Amino acid sequence: MRRRSFLDWLVGIFGTALAALVAYPVARFLVPPKIPEATTRRVLAAQPDELAPGAFKIFPFGSRAGILIRDADGGYRALSAECTHLACTVQYRKESHSIWCACHNGVYDVEGRNVSGPPPRPLEKWVVHVTAEGVVVELGARA
Amino acid sequence: MNGRLGGWLRGRLGLDVFTHLAEKKEVPVHKHSFWYYWGGMTLFLFGVQVGTGILLLLYYRASADEAYESVRFIMTQVHFGWLIRSIHSWSANLMVGAAMVHMFSVFLMKGYRAPREATWFSGMALLGLALAFGFSGYLLPWNQLAFFATKVGTDITGDLPLLGPFLKRFLLGGEQITGGTLTRFYGFHVAVLPAITTALLGLHLYLVQFHGMSVPPSVEAAGGPRRSLKFVPEFLLRDSVGWLAALGVLGLLAALFPWELGLKADPYVPAPPGIRPEWYFGWMFQTLRVLPAHVLGFEGEFLGIIAIGLAAAVWLLVPLLDDPLGRDRRARLWTAVGWLAIAYVVILTGLSYR
Repeated sequence: MRRRSFLDWLVGIFGTALAALVAYPVARFLVPPKIPEATTRRVLAAQPDELAPGAFKIFPFGSRAGILIRDADGGYRALSAECTHLACTVQYRKESHSIWCACHNGVYDVEGRNVSGPPPRPLEKWVVHVTAEGVVVELGARA
Repeated sequence: MNGRLGGWLRGRLGLDVFTHLAEKKEVPVHKHSFWYYWGGMTLFLFGVQVGTGILLLLYYRASADEAYESVRFIMTQVHFGWLIRSIHSWSANLMVGAAMVHMFSVFLMKGYRAPREATWFSGMALLGLALAFGFSGYLLPWNQLAFFATKVGTDITGDLPLLGPFLKRFLLGGEQITGGTLTRFYGFHVAVLPAITTALLGLHLYLVQFHGMSVPPSVEAAGGPRRSLKFVPEFLLRDSVGWLAALGVLGLLAALFPWELGLKADPYVPAPPGIRPEWYFGWMFQTLRVLPAHVLGFEGEFLGIIAIGLAAAVWLLVPLLDDPLGRDRRARLWTAVGWLAIAYVVILTGLSYR
């Protein structure tokens, strides 16, 4: 190998190594760190008399959103509020007694089953306990 | 540039290169020349974006606690704040519109044919950047509409095969939309995207200059254009008439329809009824809305996203697929594809407003 081409190689190798040395931390910096999160299993979703029959609320369930619906007969149901289509937050519609997503017109029944529109899967159903401290929602049965 | 100062500047700044370029550049005149103005129009509106964007930076605060309030402050307290922000929003929309007119006219006039493939590719990349600007800027006021538009947009990204989940996390800066997402989008919007755009825009303009203006096949077949305009000053003056009109339209739109701020984003309220993305995402929005939950065993949304992606890829690669002379059956087929694409985008955008 001639001295000239040897030096070219050397510059190339060192140059690439240097570029990689700079690029690696930059690339790692750009990717957000994974923050370990305690899995939420149980939350207090509402105060005892917060919801009138026919009303609903969206409540935080860990980093997710849940929907708590109070039926006309006073019973409660809780489901994941994240639409299975493109993750918008759903709402309860009293008139049709159904769950509706405004983003792409997806409709579920109150059991969380996808009835019409684009949602491909049912909403996850959670378990409700009515206790002295309020309405407690817990992971558990799936729809 | 005469006199002593002119001579001094010419020598120090090497202005002769530019004078020479300006004298050489010509624009062919034929019955489709009208469409040559749309690239310049896009560029003008981009300039408006840069100017108003820099002004907004002086008051905007990029955090979940302050973003909405700072935009409200701009709209209600800052002198002409409503005007600057409304022009920024309206001009963004008009710019994407002008870019789309530019793209479709280049497509139908077959301006992408050899040797202008790279011009087409860089233009398509610039359109992608414009959409990225629109998407990232949309979140910055931190209102409900922005929150859910971002949710849907990033969820779509998450559905892409292989890299989807990674890209979604990369965009959001985590698993959910948080203040961290806002900071990230702000960084993209005011630093990362402008830097990339500046470089690509430079390349695009250089390529237009280097290859000269393309002439559609029909005019080529008739023996080429009969006449041409000097770019400086004849075409540039005509350009500036259009720019002046655009500035007037922007002022009018901003005054008559100041951009709304809406309600502050709250992760624990349902998506509001009537929610929709900006009009230029409307045709994709409508496509995803009308697809059934399942098609041939696949989830409808997944299939829709893949189909849109493939269509975009074919559209991008058209310079390599079409006939280089633009005259045979293949060329007519691609012209038909162009009209079909326009019809699809126009009709579905219209339907998304129903």
